Amino acid sequence: MKRKEKTKKAVQVAIVGGGIIGTLTARELSRYELDVLLLEKEAEVGWGTTKANSGIVHAGIHEDPGTLKARYCFPGNQMFPKLCAELDVSFRQNGILVVALSPEEMDMVHMYYQRGLERGVPVRLLSREEVVAQEPNLNPEVVGAVFAPEGGAVMPFELAAAAMENAVANGAELMVDSPVLDAWVEDGKKYLETPTHIVEADVVINAAGLFADEIARMFGDDSFSILPRKGEEYLFDLELSGLVKSTIFPVPRSKVSKGVLVISTADGNVMIGPTSDDVEDKDDVATSYSGFERIFSETRQLVPGLDPRKIITQFAGVRAASDRGDFVIEFSATVPGLLHLAGIESPGLTAAPAIAADVPKMLEEHGLRLVPKRDFQPRREGVVRFRELSREEQDELIRKNPAFGRMVCRCETVTEAEIVDAIRRGARTLDGVKFRTRAGAGRCQSGFCQPVIMEILSRELGIPVEQVSKRGAGTEPVHYKAKELLAKGVS
Amino acid sequence: MRELLVDVAVIGGGPAGLAAALAAYKAGAGEVLIIERNHELGGILQQCIHHGFGLHRFKAELTGPEYAQRFINELQETEIRVLLETMVLEVTKERDIYAVNSREGMLKIKAKAIVLAMGCRERTRGALRIPGKRPAGIFSAGTAQRYINIDGYIPGRKAVILGSGDIGLIMARRLTLEGAKVEAVVEVLPYAAGLARNVVQCLEDFDIPLYLQSTVIEIHGDERLEAVTIAQVDETWKPIQGTEQRIECDTLLLSVGLIPENELSSGAGVELDPITNGPKVDDTLMTSIPGVFACGNVLHVHDLVDNVSKEAERAGGFAAHYALGQLSTPVKRVKVEAGENIRYVVPHMISLDKPVEFFLRVQRPQEDVLLDVGGLRQVKKPSVRPSEMLNITLTPEVLRKLEGDTLRVRIVSPEEVGADA
Repeated sequence: MKRKEKTKKAVQVAIVGGGIIGTLTARELSRYELDVLLLEKEAEVGWGTTKANSGIVHAGIHEDPGTLKARYCFPGNQMFPKLCAELDVSFRQNGILVVALSPEEMDMVHMYYQRGLERGVPVRLLSREEVVAQEPNLNPEVVGAVFAPEGGAVMPFELAAAAMENAVANGAELMVDSPVLDAWVEDGKKYLETPTHIVEADVVINAAGLFADEIARMFGDDSFSILPRKGEEYLFDLELSGLVKSTIFPVPRSKVSKGVLVISTADGNVMIGPTSDDVEDKDDVATSYSGFERIFSETRQLVPGLDPRKIITQFAGVRAASDRGDFVIEFSATVPGLLHLAGIESPGLTAAPAIAADVPKMLEEHGLRLVPKRDFQPRREGVVRFRELSREEQDELIRKNPAFGRMVCRCETVTEAEIVDAIRRGARTLDGVKFRTRAGAGRCQSGFCQPVIMEILSRELGIPVEQVSKRGAGTEPVHYKAKELLAKGVS
Repeated sequence: MRELLVDVAVIGGGPAGLAAALAAYKAGAGEVLIIERNHELGGILQQCIHHGFGLHRFKAELTGPEYAQRFINELQETEIRVLLETMVLEVTKERDIYAVNSREGMLKIKAKAIVLAMGCRERTRGALRIPGKRPAGIFSAGTAQRYINIDGYIPGRKAVILGSGDIGLIMARRLTLEGAKVEAVVEVLPYAAGLARNVVQCLEDFDIPLYLQSTVIEIHGDERLEAVTIAQVDETWKPIQGTEQRIECDTLLLSVGLIPENELSSGAGVELDPITNGPKVDDTLMTSIPGVFACGNVLHVHDLVDNVSKEAERAGGFAAHYALGQLSTPVKRVKVEAGENIRYVVPHMISLDKPVEFFLRVQRPQEDVLLDVGGLRQVKKPSVRPSEMLNITLTPEVLRKLEGDTLRVRIVSPEEVGADA
């Protein structure tokens, strides 16, 4: 489509990027009488770095003093219980444990403990006996640990999708499949071009994650660069649930990363990872033999009982680290009204609610007048999770809606009613359904339920099965109707 | 919540469940119930539209649906009750079953005896940890089979198949017949994992290359699969540098093994065998929980459905006896042990007071050997292969000659036996 033919649209605030930062920011801004538009390049929100995030709500003891990471991490952590309750997303406050495997490593453990005390982070020093009592499956050679009970676990995609849903319910607008192709300033106004629209905005919030530097450069701002850093993760069968209660951290051996962890996810799976490797390509989400070997040998030192035969899937994500080694949270020095929320690497997920909560203040300082909405609804309509209910509650639900009696995903106990609800809330793809409901996320990795979910998506969205995709155009699992190839030939 | 009382509840209406239910009914169990999650009986047979089923049992070459239909027809002549589109959520050690469907809601089924016949699932890419990206176009072979044979969709036009298990071989032929091009079947072992007849009829007849001692080492493509890299492997299955080969394809099927689906069993507390991934059973096919029996692919992965039916009939019969209070507690229990070149033997425990049919698999192929059962009986085998199950029946008269409390099953060379004697 030529630029002239594209639809023009004017808003007060345009957010570029629907990751955890963009979606939570959209929700914060939807508290006010503002036109807010979020542009997401993928078919659904939360599909970049957010989707592959480890899901750890950090305690706030790892970050070096004086950094923006330290400034936002602990306050972010403190916001999670209320935020997750309002948005009805899974949150487990299962604590984080940094363990020392040698007397030398205890120095670092003491340092984290002291830092926790200084920052007001609840922390406890645990002796060897206390650690073993709390986590019996840890390496028996553990010397001691620092325990931060308010660390936790969420499903990052679920949180992003829920935040967006709530923002939209409060009047924000979402445009998916809308990558920003170009951006410029003209007569003091900022413009963003997507494949279908020219968006004019008073304020542009750059929450474009891995591509935030590219968005900045489109406006002529080259004040930071994103240095992509990949992390691979390996997820175990739910059968291993409970192997560790908290997320287990080693004492870090490098400045860049917190090390390879044994994670207890919000859904109860054990997961190991992530690696931390600089990559050239921002889309490089390939896993590797060497990545697995490193992760496995390191996490085995923490938890010797990890059995590689119980791994059900693996994935990789790319962190959007900035060349400053810290978050970039500031108005552009050269483009008035361009706010960067960039370089959000770990503990970005934990910090996200605190960063988002700061945005309205920053906009007010910039000169925007914010009038709170009288009818802002912080609570998202609750999601039914069939598997978590009692037998009596399940029985009652089926009587109200028979679709709860149709089990689609047997590994994770997900019913047709839950899938239809996810689609109603914005899922348009197999991954969208999976990340919202867990259907297809279990041990058979959708071998049994994928054809059924395809049918449901096809029916609910009113599209042919061949157009149902894994995660957007180009990722359709089945391409042809039977006999079509015979008619067309292979070539 | 509705409550049902039954004599024998069979979980799963595939080949194992059908045969078990019929046998339980014939053995005199009054109320026999099959609980099936699909909308029809027959299980995976319904998507196996190729022929080759029933050669042993019916002396006929049937398709999967035909084989299933013979049992379904027989079932219709009985009073066996069938609950379709009903999913079992939980089994307790007290033999209570919780199941749901959209018509009746939650059901609590109290059973005097239970037959576990849930079948198996396919191993996934994640379980193999194949490195690379995560594009669309990667399927387990059985899922692709369902897309083509049940739903009427073709996954893609150029395929590579990893693993030469029977479903993989069958799908190589099926895709070819649908007009797709199968570029390669890749097998990590030095021999095909599936039945010899399938190698001939599904690969050789269609000139589909089989790469042995090779595997897929990388997956390429951001959105749709674009290619895979395959490489030869050494004895430890590690890729050999310099043997990499890139094959362009839009579809990768995985036929890399089946895993018995025992989540319900372990939830009930049934003890599992780490080798078969199925329950440990005695010679009545009873698991570690009294009154809970197992048969078919949930017990161990079978080669032929004929063997599934046979085993399931025994499980169903014993389940009926148990429900009717006719199954006596054995006087003596003997442990069955897997010896030289034996991967596993089912059952795990025997009582010496009834005939036992042993099902077993070897670890590696061997030629001109003897199958030796506890020194009680030897049978000549011109060749043994891991893909083909072995079975042998011993009578109580022979079994009673056993000394000690362990029965060791092994593969031996004839010379070795000569030396022993």
